Amino acid sequence: MTTTPLPPQGVVATDDGGVVAGPPKDGRSRLSRRAALSSTKLSSPWASLIAIILAVLWTMPSLGLLVTSFRPDSEIRRGGWWTAFAPPTFTLENYREALFGSSTSLIDYFINSVVITLPAVVIPISIALLAAYGFAWIDFKGRNFLFVAVFALQVVPLQIALIPLLSQYVDWGIAGSFWTLWLSHTIFALPLAIFLLHNFMKDIPQSLVEAARVDGAGHVKIFFQIMLPLLTPAIASFAIFQFLWVWNDLLVSLTFTGATPDVAPLTVRVASMAGTRGGDWEILTAGAFISMIVPVLVFLFLQRYFVRGLLAGSVKG
Amino acid sequence: MDYISQYASWLFGEIGHFLFDATEPGHKLTLMVIAIVLFVVVMGGILWLVDKPKRMPGWLVASGFVGPAVLALIFGLVYPALVTINASFKDRTGIDYIGLDNYTTAFTTPAFQAVLRNTALWVLLVPTVSTLVGLIYAVVVDRTRFERIAKTLIFLPMAISMVGAGIIWGLVYDSRTGANGRIGLMNAFLGLFGLDPLDTRLATPPINTIFLIVVMIWIQTGFAMTVLSAAIKAIPDDIVEAAKLDGLTGMKMFRYITVPSIRPALVVVLTTIAMGTLKVFDIVRTMTGGQYETSVVANEFYVQAFRQNNQGLGAALAVLLFVLVIPIIIYNVRQMRMSEEIR
Repeated sequence: MTTTPLPPQGVVATDDGGVVAGPPKDGRSRLSRRAALSSTKLSSPWASLIAIILAVLWTMPSLGLLVTSFRPDSEIRRGGWWTAFAPPTFTLENYREALFGSSTSLIDYFINSVVITLPAVVIPISIALLAAYGFAWIDFKGRNFLFVAVFALQVVPLQIALIPLLSQYVDWGIAGSFWTLWLSHTIFALPLAIFLLHNFMKDIPQSLVEAARVDGAGHVKIFFQIMLPLLTPAIASFAIFQFLWVWNDLLVSLTFTGATPDVAPLTVRVASMAGTRGGDWEILTAGAFISMIVPVLVFLFLQRYFVRGLLAGSVKG
Repeated sequence: MDYISQYASWLFGEIGHFLFDATEPGHKLTLMVIAIVLFVVVMGGILWLVDKPKRMPGWLVASGFVGPAVLALIFGLVYPALVTINASFKDRTGIDYIGLDNYTTAFTTPAFQAVLRNTALWVLLVPTVSTLVGLIYAVVVDRTRFERIAKTLIFLPMAISMVGAGIIWGLVYDSRTGANGRIGLMNAFLGLFGLDPLDTRLATPPINTIFLIVVMIWIQTGFAMTVLSAAIKAIPDDIVEAAKLDGLTGMKMFRYITVPSIRPALVVVLTTIAMGTLKVFDIVRTMTGGQYETSVVANEFYVQAFRQNNQGLGAALAVLLFVLVIPIIIYNVRQMRMSEEIR
């Protein structure tokens, strides 16, 4: 996905909770006030019917994956996953095989995914925080030009950088190591990260920064003592974004790891299994679920921050 | 002296081994922690150096903050992009210039024309359908009791990788029949109406491309729904009130108040999804590998650059992806200007 700033009007203003998850305290009174005012709502029975149909359509495929991943191989071949409940026949064998079986051993790839993702989230955020502060609060020549250039880089498809980067890594002798992935993910994340964090930093009142300056605080002190604490929600938003993006990425890892079990993440392994073992649903569904569980949990628990990030900037890719 | 050089080469060998040949889980995790710490130390060092007030000139402080990011972007995005543009005019080994031949190939060979047609179909269908469904859903669940959970259900696919989504939908499309009936959800559903199973082994064009497009729509609708829902909630109450006093209800309210009010958000959603769809790769790679005439530009880029080792053609396709993004951005900017003038 890619990046476009949302219009200042409307959308951004509502991230106080109207969206998906809001603060429970004043949410209720606001909701009831709104309901009382009535609304853009459509006539009820039809609206409910449409909502239910869409919700079922969107949920069934994932549910099918979850149920199938617990069914024995022989059962999967006999009939659809909805027939698994009478009589119930479930097993954990698929997960054992997918995680530890010698031909799949997803546990190794799971570790790779973790090792790739954490630095690929921490490093770009730190670099972007510094840059965003520089662009927002330090006056220097060519600042506006540089910022617009960084902003514009958001629309450059990363495909255009892959071939030269790979040959650069080969020249340096670091091809096929974690360093290539950390470096690449960091670079590709920077334009959006700087843009988002810059917007949040600009919202911090000038007077706060001025006061600190009068007290003799330098940029470094202002950055750590004023900016960082106020920016925690913004950092959380982008961190979730970047986490989901890196964990779920296929193209960058496929290009730079060459699919070796020493470095390749889950997505690369599961995608190649889908190619070579298509139709072996017992192993594919378990494998897919193993690759999905961490981002889905992160997403469910931190949905509020994710939505805020979405609305403040948009999506990258 | 011999000792020292021997010791040095042994030491560097060990360091190199530690940094670049991690194979054991413990080794990998240690390397990860060290990478983060190393990075924090370097960044902290830069800050510490520039934080000597008075003595440091302003430009040095500024480059301490902005420099790392700018250098990284020049190294990893700007310079490679220029190299790729240059390479797109060279042959497959990247040595001799062959003019526009790669672009001619991409536009005139029948196989590549199919790729371009597929890409056009993706970029037309995914944004429009996702936005439409997302908008409808946002409106029908707005201010209902189950709004939060209902939204999470549609939104969840955004957290799932496209690889995972490809497998989820591969199972839905399975066309085999077992002793207890059909295995795939879609064909079982068709069976309820006495219809034969569709060939969903994804081997029959052009319907197989549609099947892949559905997966992307399934992922993107949540994004459209979230942004549009926020926009709907931001419509000022007095506008809604006034329209109600004028007697607008239901569909009319939707047509004359809701849609015009959220027009800027609609444009952003459409163009954002269009740009994402243009670069779609994972779904095609996972579900068909681009076989059976399902390939798209981003997948063909990968195939040519890294499987066929045709660097020139791969580079040309990457440049093509970039060029195709530009009209979408222009549309976006023009729409934004228009809505700002109206305001």
